[in-house]
Amino acid sequence: GAGAAVPRPGAPRVPVLVPGLEPRREPAGVLRRGPDCAAVGQGRACVPHPQRGHHPAPPTPGQGWACRAVLGEGHQRTVRRVAWSPCGSYLASASFDATTCIWKKQEDGFECVTTLEGHENEVKSVAWAPSGTLLATCSRDKSVWVWEVDEEEEYECVSVLNSHTQDVKHVVWHPNQELLASASYDDTVKLYQEEEDDWVCCATLEGHESTVWSVAFDRSGERLASCSDDKTVRIWRRYKPGNEEGVACSGTDPTWKCVCNLSGYHTRTIYDVAWCHLTGALATACGDDAIRIFEESSASDPQQ
Amino acid sequence: MVGPGPSGMAPLENANPLIYRRSGERPVTAREEDDELPDSIDDREIFDISPPAFLNPAHLIRSINDPEHPLTLEELNVVEQVRVKVNDAESTVAVEFTPTIPHCSMATLIGLSIKVKLIRSLPDRFKLDVHITPGTHVSEHAVNKQLADKERVAAALENSHLLEVVNQCLSARS
Repeated sequence: GAGAAVPRPGAPRVPVLVPGLEPRREPAGVLRRGPDCAAVGQGRACVPHPQRGHHPAPPTPGQGWACRAVLGEGHQRTVRRVAWSPCGSYLASASFDATTCIWKKQEDGFECVTTLEGHENEVKSVAWAPSGTLLATCSRDKSVWVWEVDEEEEYECVSVLNSHTQDVKHVVWHPNQELLASASYDDTVKLYQEEEDDWVCCATLEGHESTVWSVAFDRSGERLASCSDDKTVRIWRRYKPGNEEGVACSGTDPTWKCVCNLSGYHTRTIYDVAWCHLTGALATACGDDAIRIFEESSASDPQQ
Repeated sequence: MVGPGPSGMAPLENANPLIYRRSGERPVTAREEDDELPDSIDDREIFDISPPAFLNPAHLIRSINDPEHPLTLEELNVVEQVRVKVNDAESTVAVEFTPTIPHCSMATLIGLSIKVKLIRSLPDRFKLDVHITPGTHVSEHAVNKQLADKERVAAALENSHLLEVVNQCLSARS
């Protein structure tokens, strides 16, 4: 198959799953789109669509997936991203129609409780902070917006951040701090936090040579992985002032330094990266039709 | 995405473009006639003719209309067969196109039309790369970057006005 990953000569050997060598396995109760799938509002269980030569067992009662709702009236254009709130009661949807809808789970479905407006054009991403009281959106209009929600479910825009010089593709929150990361068509990653009641851009990660499509924090939040149209994944580490490695910081702000560049593994744009908080493994989604898994070798320098 | 100004209301940027003669029709080979053999896709296929049965007929990049002039991209030498590279085994197609003048404001639109034509005509397995012939446009990096961005292209094509202009470029002239 296309996209077999071959480590560069001389590169640290990290085990990589090579697509095509693993036997393809279908999970039980696999869901397929087909004429059996429920239409709007119906709660019928989807029956696996029989494929030629492949006959999965029908889902046992209590297993399998059912389409519970189709929210077709909220947006006028492509819905680009969805995100569940940490408490699970709300769903945010970001759309090319320049709005973000907030849906609240009801007994019999979902209701749009508010529509966040303000972006000038397509909203590319939306993300909830772990606290559940903050939301971030980003757009082709180059801006990142931070929204706050109160106990009365009122949403208020608390900041419009115009640091990027091109489209912002994705926003991701730090796992345990109110620190926000954004990935942009301007080839950079930016970080934002609240300083004296104002949201400010506190760091810019430069190095990628083309659009950064996505970022992911590791479990501790001390490292960040970014993936790009330049076909590389870069790992960045945060260094606090007075760090023992001797990395220079300005004032009281930490510095982020690129400590690893995974280059030569991907043959086309890398659209997404995910960092497993359990195992530490990185997974990438690439335009060459392959998923790649990267693991850190135990003998590697912890500062890499 | 950069769109065209209202057509016909501004003077043409390049009022007297060089016009190139169309190349002839390619003779159909016996191998292509044989329905038993799988059809691979080669450079000339993309450029021109007798597409295999599963491709949309009559939609080819050589006959894409220029947005400003009543001429095709081939007649303006914006596209040339030699600048089309197909690798059927790896499912890649690369097209270099040459805007008629280095400041051509239609470059993004022309590139988008080529891309759309290929997306609509080729099997899904093909990875497409449409870019400006190096050194032939002042904003070639910016235009190439837009054309390579799937999300930007998809969002732009949701704009009905832009889609209509693209479809006009792709429509067959009588």
